[in-house]
Amino acid sequence: MVKLTVTIVDDDAGRSIILQRALEDAGYEVVAILSSHDNLLMHIEKVQPDVIIVDLESPNRDSLESMRIVTQHNPRPIVMFTNDADDSMIGEAINAGVSAYVVDGFNESRIKPIMDVAIARFREFQALRNELQKTRDTLEERKIMEKAKGIVMTQRQCNENEAYKTIRTLAMENNKRIVEVAEQIISITGALKN
Amino acid sequence: MSGKNKSSSQQPLEKTELNIGFVPLTDSACLAVAKEKGFFSQYGLNVNLSKEPSWANIRDKLAYGMLDAAQMLATMPIASSLGIGGVRKQTVTALVLGVNGNAITLSSDLYKQLQDINPDFDKQRPVSAETLKQLIEIRKQQGKAVLSFAHVFPYSTHNYFLRYWLASAAIDPDRDVNLCVIPPQQMVENLQANSIDGFCAGEPWNQFAINAGIGHALISSYEIWNNAAEKVLGVNQEWALQYPNTHKALMKALIEAAQWIDKKENRLETAVILAAEAYTNVASEIIAAPLGGEYKYHADSMAEKLDDFNLFYQYNASFPWHSQAAWYMSQMQRWGDVAESVNIKTVIEAVYWDELYRQVMTEMGLDWPLSSQKTEGAHTKQWQIDSQQGKQVMSSDLFFDNQIFDFR
Repeated sequence: MVKLTVTIVDDDAGRSIILQRALEDAGYEVVAILSSHDNLLMHIEKVQPDVIIVDLESPNRDSLESMRIVTQHNPRPIVMFTNDADDSMIGEAINAGVSAYVVDGFNESRIKPIMDVAIARFREFQALRNELQKTRDTLEERKIMEKAKGIVMTQRQCNENEAYKTIRTLAMENNKRIVEVAEQIISITGALKN
Repeated sequence: MSGKNKSSSQQPLEKTELNIGFVPLTDSACLAVAKEKGFFSQYGLNVNLSKEPSWANIRDKLAYGMLDAAQMLATMPIASSLGIGGVRKQTVTALVLGVNGNAITLSSDLYKQLQDINPDFDKQRPVSAETLKQLIEIRKQQGKAVLSFAHVFPYSTHNYFLRYWLASAAIDPDRDVNLCVIPPQQMVENLQANSIDGFCAGEPWNQFAINAGIGHALISSYEIWNNAAEKVLGVNQEWALQYPNTHKALMKALIEAAQWIDKKENRLETAVILAAEAYTNVASEIIAAPLGGEYKYHADSMAEKLDDFNLFYQYNASFPWHSQAAWYMSQMQRWGDVAESVNIKTVIEAVYWDELYRQVMTEMGLDWPLSSQKTEGAHTKQWQIDSQQGKQVMSSDLFFDNQIFDFR
């Protein structure tokens, strides 16, 4: 059986590799991964993939849409979905940040499983990215706490536990997050030093 | 006026947190100024301006409710409502966010080839495409490659302007040249890399190419058709029906922004606002010149006076003229994007909400034209139109080839 060919257009290399793997596991052939700086139209003319999966935030979407016009004398014009494509699926795709362009004459029902894979992977990647950001924030907060505790310990000649309690009390009295108070302590000390 | 809250004197807002999409360009001015100079907040609106990388994104995000409203090309609400090129979604506009503002720029190489045919080919403005036609014929005989021109979106005003200008010299835009779409922010690098020979785009991209010495402007969209609607405020019809007071408040804030920008003394500050990273991220000098009515066609020559290159409010610039929407639709039909059987009048009455504009202007104590149609191309200089309060001064609406478009 001839595999359906897919081209991925995404500036996020990490995400496109994950998507490629997922599509290949599902039995599709990823013929190319392109970034927005590659010459998209030339590539697509040459490779003629069945489906193009594109990051919604790619400025090249407008170029891809024009292919229907550019290739109107060509037997393989490309359109975005089709007028009778499943409405809710398009909404879901947009929410996940992914869009697809399919070759005209290509059976619409066959786009669905490809899109399902892409939507799932885009979502997963977003979750992963959010998680990473949270971890980074936590690490950053811990560093700030350590620094603020150090300042309080020096100034008050107290131990770490007491320094933490002082900061926490300050936070409660001022209705602020502990890390915000810690940041203030650091910036005030910095300002006094200058 | 600033700081005064106008929201209390209005009908209650159904929604105050708004997400509005835009593509960063000089004519995003109304949105940027309404945000930065506090016009949105004066009307009780907390607006997040969402910078979008493509017109397709604007269309899709608006269609699926991820944006409350968006800056759109004047042709886009028509295309969305008809479902051409994308999902069909009834989209409306009751406000034009700017007229004119685009130009056709050629690569230095192509410009030189035209000069070789006739050194004075562009001495008289507006420049016709006759010399380009001659060059295309010569290149055909020599077996040279077909010239490529880019615009910004399949159903863009730019596309129709470019086609109109080419076709006026009997250049078939579908056979004699290769038309393609490139995002505006990538135009300059593509011109420099010679992957295209010219483009039609909005500012600041023409002036950017010209100042960098890699292109020559040939004709501005103002010269092709004086004072044609370019960007509009697009919303879904269902959004407009669900949030009528919010829609009106939004329009009022943008009308005040447009009035502010059209005061000559505020143009420089507008350019500074637009230069910021949140908007175009291009040097304010490049934005300021055309905004101030100084248009540069070549790197090595003085800027020429083009006072109305960007207009936002003056001469009823913000009014959604049915006759202008009709011209765009007639071009969409001419090039096969809209079927001949589609009734232009019916579509435009559903999409271009002139009556809502009138209602909003009345509430603001401002004047408006009685008719939504004028004979496009018939006015070669300033003229007067019948208005609610008497007469209003209008500007020219001339086509560069002196065509008349009478839609009634």
